[in-house]
Amino acid sequence: MKIRSQVGMVLNLDKCIGCHTCSITCKNVWTSREGMEYAWFNNVETKPGIGYPKEWENQEKWKGGWVRNPDGSINPRIGGKFRVLANIFANPDLPSIDDYYEPFDFDYQNLHTAPLGKHQPVARPRSLISGKRMEKIEWGPNWEEILGTEFAKRRKDKNFDKVQADIYGEYENTFMMYLPRLCEHCLNPACAASCPSGAIYKREEDGIVLIDQEKCRGWRMCISGCPYKKIYYNWKSGKSEKCIFCFPRIEAGMPTICSETCVGRIRYLGVLLYDADRIHEVASTPNEQDLYPRQLEMFLDPNDPAVIEQALKDGVPLSVIEAAQKSPVYKLAVDWQLALPLHPEYRTLPMVWYVPPLSPIQNAAQAGHVSMDGVLPDVDSLRIPVRYLANLLTAGDEKPVKLALKRLLAMRAYKRAEQVDGVLDLKVLEQVGLSRDQADDMYRYLAIANYEDRFVIPSAHREEAMSDVFGERSGCGFSFGSGCGGASDTNMFGARKANQRDIIKTVQLWED
Amino acid sequence: MSNFNFLLFGVYPYIALAICLIGSWARFDLAQYTWKTGSSQMLQPKGMRLASNLFHIGIIFILCGHFVGLLMPEALYHSFISSADKQLVAMVSGGFFGILCLIGLVMLIQRRLGDARVRATSSRSDIAILFVLLAQLLLGLGTIVASTGHLDGSVMVLLGTWAQSIVTLQPVAAAEAIAPVSLVYKLHVFLGVTLFVLFPFTRLVHIVSAPVWYLGRRYQIVRVKHSGRAVPPVQAPAGYRAPAKAAPAKAPKKAGQPVA
Repeated sequence: MKIRSQVGMVLNLDKCIGCHTCSITCKNVWTSREGMEYAWFNNVETKPGIGYPKEWENQEKWKGGWVRNPDGSINPRIGGKFRVLANIFANPDLPSIDDYYEPFDFDYQNLHTAPLGKHQPVARPRSLISGKRMEKIEWGPNWEEILGTEFAKRRKDKNFDKVQADIYGEYENTFMMYLPRLCEHCLNPACAASCPSGAIYKREEDGIVLIDQEKCRGWRMCISGCPYKKIYYNWKSGKSEKCIFCFPRIEAGMPTICSETCVGRIRYLGVLLYDADRIHEVASTPNEQDLYPRQLEMFLDPNDPAVIEQALKDGVPLSVIEAAQKSPVYKLAVDWQLALPLHPEYRTLPMVWYVPPLSPIQNAAQAGHVSMDGVLPDVDSLRIPVRYLANLLTAGDEKPVKLALKRLLAMRAYKRAEQVDGVLDLKVLEQVGLSRDQADDMYRYLAIANYEDRFVIPSAHREEAMSDVFGERSGCGFSFGSGCGGASDTNMFGARKANQRDIIKTVQLWED
Repeated sequence: MSNFNFLLFGVYPYIALAICLIGSWARFDLAQYTWKTGSSQMLQPKGMRLASNLFHIGIIFILCGHFVGLLMPEALYHSFISSADKQLVAMVSGGFFGILCLIGLVMLIQRRLGDARVRATSSRSDIAILFVLLAQLLLGLGTIVASTGHLDGSVMVLLGTWAQSIVTLQPVAAAEAIAPVSLVYKLHVFLGVTLFVLFPFTRLVHIVSAPVWYLGRRYQIVRVKHSGRAVPPVQAPAGYRAPAKAAPAKAPKKAGQPVA
């Protein structure tokens, strides 16, 4: 056994209101540079829909994730090592910028400088890549926002597999939910496996998956390798970039920007201890539906003395173990089994998990009654089909989704009985296998959701990395390439400055 | 032998090699962030599979052919092939792959100049290097035409002697060997040497990053923060027992709890 720790994330979709605050704050902090305008480390999609980039979940098209061979081994779906290298001159599985969207700005100055005319002046779109006029904006990171575009297009959503999808195109039966997406910081990252340069690595201390910007050569295989399409090619720097899980903040014990600014308090961050020796074995589980339960088994009980002893032996600091004992992610994913992984069938062992959303009871009003399962409403009568959620979160296995939904309902029923009727209703909890303590904790974490309950992040042990503190003084901090160097605008090696706009200037001077 | 000939083919190759080596070293060390393939496939994937594969397969074969053809000593290959036959092999294979490369290169130039997105995001060196390669390729194909006039392999041997003299540090012998060959060969050699000068300043550097070691590595790379431990590894304090249940979050952890 080799114990590693990881800062995982859980998103409570039941409370997501789709406001995009997470996306915007993330963009402002990390991807507002030229070359990365089209890239959203965090974006919020309305489901059902084909998403951003188009049809990212369709792995027959994009070949992301891992594939299990008949002999039990696994390799990236884009191919074994020889095939990856054979495609290096032109990657056949690479999404083009049009699958994301062509980034644009508007000619706002025209509003000021247009001559007197009969019509109101308009600000027309202009491409941020070519600098040329765009006649029409065709796609964007939230193009399907709140069921935008016609159903026939959204019908291609892969999660409709084995769902009688066509009835959900009817107005009366339509449903929707929000899905905020970011890099999953997988235990078995397919991007890292498909990087020919070996530039993508996982950090031992917190499990954050990063791209070494110096070492990346732009072979662009990781973009195809990642089944979540959360690696973006920076066309200006020629390097791939991805969500960095705000590691400078995590190291300081602060939540990621997306979590910090979430107005719905839906995000949780906490440490999970897991057995790194089991990664390969679990990722090559024969049955896709077993991937979720087997990944759950990898997470170790941080209160078990044997686990603590082994963790210390493997170099996990005590502060991290203590954080793991208070981890909201452990509670949501392991204790209560409310949170489920996103598409475990990709075999990447993702570490950003989701609490499935409840939805209104379908047809309740017209039928005059709600079909009941014991004292709880039957989750099959929820507006969002359980099968759809199962395709999204558990490789199609409905049982874990039903359990999570029932537990959410049971907690509500229990608290409602307690606070409205003044009755202690333990029967409803028994039915879903929850203790009273657990239900009270669930209420505290899900409904109250205090800051210090949602985010339990041990600060990094900087002292371990600082073998030469003296050498670090007067450093230049966070920069791109040799960002410390001089004020000259010309680079001997032809590089363009990351912090300068060459195509079009977004803020135009009045005199222009 | 003129001094000019000695300067171009006896001295210049060493200057070029020095610039190539020191320049690449400096770029790798000081500005590795700029060391990249510079792919623009995602901006315009149309036709890329054909164009890029033709170009790269063609040029890789040509480079390998030059390396073997120029540097293999006469004594080594004479045991199994005559100079005349070797020249014929070089002309046929070089011509075939040269044409492949030319088709790919012309498609790539057309794409780089013709597509608005690719054009706007190209640096001057991205465009310039394509034309330098085009010129070099056309000169190279021109030498094949010129070679049809003398199929005995004598010019090839002279060029081989030049290359072998250069790498064995005999600039005078090198310049002497190349002096009698006709202009098209000399231009081709001169531009070829110039490519070494351009190498560190253009995207050509990605050639030496060909990721062959990918074949041998593990799928997952893990990096540990500490390079060498400045502090001893953490240990549990004597008699430490983990709390049985997580403390309520509202009671903050006692400050100054011992860690090591």
